Amino acid sequence: MELTRRQFLKGSALVTGGAASVSTFGFDLQPAHAQVRQLKISQATETRTVCPYCAVGCSMIAYTLGDKAPNTVPTLLHVEGDPDSPINAGTLCPKGASTLQLALNGNRPAGPMYRAAGAAEWTQVSWDDAMDRMARMVKDARDKHFTEKDEAGNTVNRQTGFAFLGGATISNEEGYLTAKLMRGLGTVYLEQQARV
Amino acid sequence: MSTELGLAVRRRSATPSSGTNIRTNTPQVSKIVDIDLCIGCKACEVACKEWNDLPAEDTSNFGSYQSHEDLSATTWDLMRFNEVELPNNDLAWLIRKDSCLHCEDPGCLAACPAPGAIIQYQNGIVDFDQTKCIGCQYCVSGCPFDIPRFDPTTKKVYKCTLCVDRVTTGLEPACVKACPTGSIKYGATEDMIAYGEAKVAKLQARGFDNAMLYNPAGVGGTHMMYVVPRGEMLGEYGLPSDPNVRSNVSFIGLLRNLRRLGAAATWAGLLGLGAFWLRNGRHNPPPEEEAVEEMLLVGQHGGNGQHAGNGANGEGVEEPPVVVGDGSTEAKEVS
Repeated sequence: MELTRRQFLKGSALVTGGAASVSTFGFDLQPAHAQVRQLKISQATETRTVCPYCAVGCSMIAYTLGDKAPNTVPTLLHVEGDPDSPINAGTLCPKGASTLQLALNGNRPAGPMYRAAGAAEWTQVSWDDAMDRMARMVKDARDKHFTEKDEAGNTVNRQTGFAFLGGATISNEEGYLTAKLMRGLGTVYLEQQARV
Repeated sequence: MSTELGLAVRRRSATPSSGTNIRTNTPQVSKIVDIDLCIGCKACEVACKEWNDLPAEDTSNFGSYQSHEDLSATTWDLMRFNEVELPNNDLAWLIRKDSCLHCEDPGCLAACPAPGAIIQYQNGIVDFDQTKCIGCQYCVSGCPFDIPRFDPTTKKVYKCTLCVDRVTTGLEPACVKACPTGSIKYGATEDMIAYGEAKVAKLQARGFDNAMLYNPAGVGGTHMMYVVPRGEMLGEYGLPSDPNVRSNVSFIGLLRNLRRLGAAATWAGLLGLGAFWLRNGRHNPPPEEEAVEEMLLVGQHGGNGQHAGNGANGEGVEEPPVVVGDGSTEAKEVS
């Protein structure tokens, strides 16, 4: 078929116009719905827990990944307030809201650190070494500073060589055990931040 | 709302119509920040970072209780601490939660040239889809509140999503849930407006005569409103007193209108061409063909003529550098 210049112009104008009309007029090929990003805790396991930080004792929900199948290691995904709690009703303070970082935090030491007397640097030691050293020093301090009777002759059985400070993340049961241990050693300077 | 399909979309950036959406009765959701109740604890900031898996940033003390100096691609929510002196030598601490206000008429969306990169869901939430973002940052200049932030690594723009993933499944946004004083509230827009108006009346009764509900009409209202106790100090809070979308994106709006004009012209031309073809196009009158052939012949001759002309121009061009050279030597002498 012979194609004249005029016919070619007509054809190309039709094609261009058609393309322009489809792209700019009326025919909307876009979806009416947009896929919202998936809720990251939709398949997570909910575990109720208590905020470890202060004495208020806010309830929290820890969301962990996985169904606790034996071949998996659960990963903590998210922590937020428990709305059923009469204490905080789902709210959290900034420190409590960052509780996830207590578990997942590259900046926290992964084990006990030791700085020898006079040394500038901390070195990581094994838990066994740390426990041995602590036990040794507790024993030495207690032997040195143990008082069986005071000046008036009263039996006191106390040691004043060291004090004990319990951290806030200690649970109720752990707090009971540490208090029991320290009282047994005769420690009088005993303080716990954990009050929940 | 069906989660298989996601949320209904009211507007897409750089897309003329809203598609086939007819779910116009979807309840509108809003946050309201009661600045009177805010104690500046920043729990909302932390909750936002935690929920959205955003990394921490190195910050430094710049003489304020404010944690970060500014919003960033990884800090979508920031408590701004503005300390101002009052006329009676008193101090006012204007603390404001700064994050996306989710305008009803979003300047970012109007400015965005990438189809679907900015979406307004039917419930009013304005969300960025980074997979469609082209990193041009028109939204940054289009936003009357200076909210979106460009990330130079990914070359995309990020901002608060109003936790659309949580909202879709019936949860409240992370900042709302964390807020210990109930300063940030979330719910249906009309309920939030009702709360705000009642609170403003209370504040006015307490002596804050200029207390106001910040829900600016210039952007069609916002899906994050503020109860501002000191309404006379909006600027000190960092809130524009009359934000307007059109002034920000008027140039792009002009281009949009030109595009429509162009489309209309295309249609008109097309129809005219079609009508002309129907009337005259079926037979090719010989006189016209001859005329075309004559034109082609003339064109060939003209082409030769142009070549000669180019040569002449080329010769002519050689002269000016001499003048430039003179000028430069003169400049050297002066220096």
